[in-house]
Amino acid sequence: MKKLLKGGRVVDPRNGIDGTFDILIDGERIARVGRDLPADGATVVEIPPGLVVCPGLIDMHVHLREPGQEHKETVATGTAAAVAGGFTAVACMPNTAPVNDNANVTTLILSKAAEAGLARVYPIGAVSKGSKGELLADIAELRQAGCVAISDDGHPVATALLMRRALEYAGMFDLPLIEHCEDPTLKGDGVAHEGFHASVLGLRGIPGAAEALGVERGVLLAELTGSTLHIAHMSARTSIRAVRKGKEAGVRVTCEVAPHHFTLTDEALGAPIAYDTNTKMNPPLREAADRDAMIAGIADGTVDAIATDHAPHHYDEKQVEFDRAPFGIVGLETAVSLTFDRLVHTGLVRLPRVVELLSCNPAQILKLPGGTLSAGAQADITILAPDLKVRVDARSFRSRSRNTPFDGWNLRGGVAATIVGGRTVFTNAEAGLTNV
Amino acid sequence: MSLHDIDRRNGDSVTTAARGPDPPAVTTLRRKDLLGIADLSAPEITLVLDTAEAMKEVATRPIKKVPALRGKTVVNLFFEPSTRTRTSFEIAEKRLSADTLNIAIGTSSVVKGETLADTALNLEAMAPDMIVLRHSSSGAGHLLSRICRSGIINAGDGTHEHPTQALLDAFTIRERKGRLSGLKVAIIGDLLHSRVLRSNIQLLTKMGADVWVSGPPTLIPAGMRDFGVTATANVDEAVADADVIMLLRIQLERMEGAYFPSQREYFNVFGMTTNRLRLARPDVIIMHPGPMNRGVEIASEVADGPYSVILDQVANGVAVRMAVLYLLAGGVDHEEAA
Repeated sequence: MKKLLKGGRVVDPRNGIDGTFDILIDGERIARVGRDLPADGATVVEIPPGLVVCPGLIDMHVHLREPGQEHKETVATGTAAAVAGGFTAVACMPNTAPVNDNANVTTLILSKAAEAGLARVYPIGAVSKGSKGELLADIAELRQAGCVAISDDGHPVATALLMRRALEYAGMFDLPLIEHCEDPTLKGDGVAHEGFHASVLGLRGIPGAAEALGVERGVLLAELTGSTLHIAHMSARTSIRAVRKGKEAGVRVTCEVAPHHFTLTDEALGAPIAYDTNTKMNPPLREAADRDAMIAGIADGTVDAIATDHAPHHYDEKQVEFDRAPFGIVGLETAVSLTFDRLVHTGLVRLPRVVELLSCNPAQILKLPGGTLSAGAQADITILAPDLKVRVDARSFRSRSRNTPFDGWNLRGGVAATIVGGRTVFTNAEAGLTNV
Repeated sequence: MSLHDIDRRNGDSVTTAARGPDPPAVTTLRRKDLLGIADLSAPEITLVLDTAEAMKEVATRPIKKVPALRGKTVVNLFFEPSTRTRTSFEIAEKRLSADTLNIAIGTSSVVKGETLADTALNLEAMAPDMIVLRHSSSGAGHLLSRICRSGIINAGDGTHEHPTQALLDAFTIRERKGRLSGLKVAIIGDLLHSRVLRSNIQLLTKMGADVWVSGPPTLIPAGMRDFGVTATANVDEAVADADVIMLLRIQLERMEGAYFPSQREYFNVFGMTTNRLRLARPDVIIMHPGPMNRGVEIASEVADGPYSVILDQVANGVAVRMAVLYLLAGGVDHEEAA
């Protein structure tokens, strides 16, 4: 079964391609990329002008909640949300119930993903048993079962010593450690960014330094061990500074920023809806200078990836007092639109760089097969519609949860189609593509 | 606003509305809730204070009751222990002839069972006109307001606001000083955890007062400068030439959070003593929202001294809460009649 994607702007940074090309897909793989390829028996899909064909997007930070919290999300609903958001693959964090700290849980997640047959799922295993921060998880077993990284996400690795050991141990497999950076004593029982807006609303603050301390610790330990560290969901300008310094010193450190941290500030805590629990996430929405530092870091290359930290919660859990609500928002189905609207159409970041942030770099950091349109690569392809007018409607989300602060937002840029292993798993009728 | 109007509400004998000699710029609070001073404009604040003056007269009558809220149901929903505020609201409601209901729920029992949203929906099903809410979470009133048709009066939410306290403080200041504008007001104590502070800052800055806040740097909230006040850890600087000194309660358990070393040291560095009081204007007034820690934030000689208006605050609390209840519950009638 062959398919020829004809025309369209092909953006494939790994191969230095940015122009009008055809892509021939043969079965699960890409056969050829070139100009004016002959149909040669393949089904021809005309890509309307204005659409962009790029390697499948990879969200390296999601919570799929299965096993254990299926009322929030399942692997099936989470991967449905992923492909609707243009992601052909996601890496899921281990803070499930039970924690993904052994091969059984990893295998379960992978079998659920295969059953769903939508986005590829790459589990991330726990650093410590039960993510309790005491004993190391069986990291070799996790890797063997299919985990692509380790993390105690939701919390930082409990102690500097345990983190050192984990980096050293995982280093033998070149398995990256993904760190949720936070000094727990400085964070305390904070629920919002420490600043004017939290002060007005009487919300307990979390200073940016709580995160940056964790980043500094991580960078120092990555330097000490020579292992690979990836820093999750950066939000503070001082964290960006710490990563930049580490990179300049040659430390093997990479980092990601979530769309809400380059879009919103802590002003959203008070307006348009005061105490909207969909503005509560960890790390919190910070002040304008921090948000601007995230954008600058994305533009100048300090930031390696855009990742959503997709954190579904049931509406019952969010319809409570602000300080009692769980941290986190969903992100898979709004990431592409926010990236176009806030970064590309504003002229801050060019499209090929966006493809690096959303596809090439996550693939490289986690050593995944995607992130390229090379001949022979698996045919994971996202077709983007940069000028599509999108109105965010949480009720239409494929995700089981609707906890987003972006409901009702009008954004420019969206997803036209998502192809995983040569198979079209999502098409957006509004984008003008029909027979993908 | 005159007492004539208040007596007329739900009465039947008077047909023409009487006006005071100097009518305020607004005559109703066109809102269903009072969640914070942040929502009120300066003319609305003046309206509440003027209305409270008329209400205060009711307390001097042999029969301390007017029919303004006859047939209205007001629920006092308190998730935190409170004597002063709850009692004050209850007296205010009774003097306005409302049917009142007190529900005191330990926050711990809520943790085990029903959510605030469900509690509110259950209450709502019984159609009260107003809910007076005290809750340990900031923004609890906002949550309730989104769920309920009933008017919500915030009687203190976490460390956010306590609007009727600020209104009664303003009423007390105006009673003594004749104005709010241009006064130097020093607010001293645990600023970080104080909802009284936040409401007072909102109110006093809107009314043109020069607000100074002081306390240990550990207890000064972030971004204080953006509130339009002067923050200093130097209490003497805040007290110098002050017209009004407002002390905030120091919760003794704050020592455990390492906010300050000891009660003794707090008193020595920040406590309001008769010596320190000499820095203020000779006609300074001393206020405290209660409950006081004598010998911690305030010396007994100051609390009991001639400058203290602390008990006036309590007395005025009833009149101010009557005004708020009247203007919010009554405002609905106004709009229906219009």
